[in-house]
Amino acid sequence: MITYADSCRVLNESRGDAVSVTTMTQTRYWNQVSTEPDLDISISNGMSKASSVALGLALGDPQRRVLCLDSEGSLLMNFGSLATIAGMAPENFYHVVFNNGIYGITGGQPVPAPGVEYAKAAEACGYVSAHRFSDIESLDSALPEILSQPGPALIEIIVKGEPQKEGVDQTWESNAMMPKQLRAMRKRLTGKDDWGPGGPYL
Amino acid sequence: MINGILHPKNVVDQLVQQGVSHYVTLPDSETAHMYEALMAEPSITVVPVSREGEAIPVAAGLFIAGQNPVISIQNAGLYEAGDSLRGLALGVGLPLVMFIGYRGHNRKGDTPDSAATILEPFLHLWRVDYFVVESDEDLDRVPLAFDRAARTNQPVAVAIGTEYAKEETAEIVTGGAG
Repeated sequence: MITYADSCRVLNESRGDAVSVTTMTQTRYWNQVSTEPDLDISISNGMSKASSVALGLALGDPQRRVLCLDSEGSLLMNFGSLATIAGMAPENFYHVVFNNGIYGITGGQPVPAPGVEYAKAAEACGYVSAHRFSDIESLDSALPEILSQPGPALIEIIVKGEPQKEGVDQTWESNAMMPKQLRAMRKRLTGKDDWGPGGPYL
Repeated sequence: MINGILHPKNVVDQLVQQGVSHYVTLPDSETAHMYEALMAEPSITVVPVSREGEAIPVAAGLFIAGQNPVISIQNAGLYEAGDSLRGLALGVGLPLVMFIGYRGHNRKGDTPDSAATILEPFLHLWRVDYFVVESDEDLDRVPLAFDRAARTNQPVAVAIGTEYAKEETAEIVTGGAG
């Protein structure tokens, strides 16, 4: 079975200058290996909506690849986004779904249907390609080719569950991270530092 | 019913004047004719979503990439989209104009449609500024909404208080042949 750490390592090796949109457990591992932190955002305060933010980025900057590091629990909550993404069909959209059948952040409770195959669901919705991996060697060897082909593509990774033992730490500082990241990415993508403070955290 | 006509082409003209790039929407009964008018406007890309809760995060991604999106959903859909409004608009300070179909609005206050009676209290509770547009005469409120969103870095609603007119109706009225 694949670990989050190994998945993120091989994904980062193939990302190039792609922007990334992460959520949940994989964010911690992605942040440890990412070589482009200015191009990373974590949807830490927008339940299940990583795939939708990533779609907006892909449509807004079609010349740049977008890597969405989603999880199965989040995608179940925003399942219609598969059809929305397939309908818009952005060629630069690569949708990674970490699947271990549990809600890791909340302690490891099973998702309602642990047997859902997300690659098949994406294919049925109309993604250009969909892939499912349960060993790191296959993932590692296939990724460069998948990420060099037009999307939207879904890459389902069967990962070892890592139930969190302690609750999520909520502080004013931790909640300020997402709005800061969004502004930093807009500045990086547009070259303009024109998004001033707003909301409760900035 | 509200007296007055709201022509979708006139609203599209407002969007063009504001430099809107993308119209993220889930169509509803009030805004059906708006969809047709938008499809005829080449400078605006329509992004259909499967559920209203997707609209704000898609718009957030577009804005981060340097685009100038708006969303259009019905009042009932806004309630469905509550957590997106909280986390990805109010929470991050997203300057976003949200066109909200004011289903059930009749100005009498005794509408049987709870989607209407709840809308303005909902917007007040969530601290979302808003403007009500019921006819073409109200369209000068649209640039005010864009200005408010840009100045405050917060989402601002434009509540569409009547059904958009069919384009055929618009031609008859504007042509004076009615």
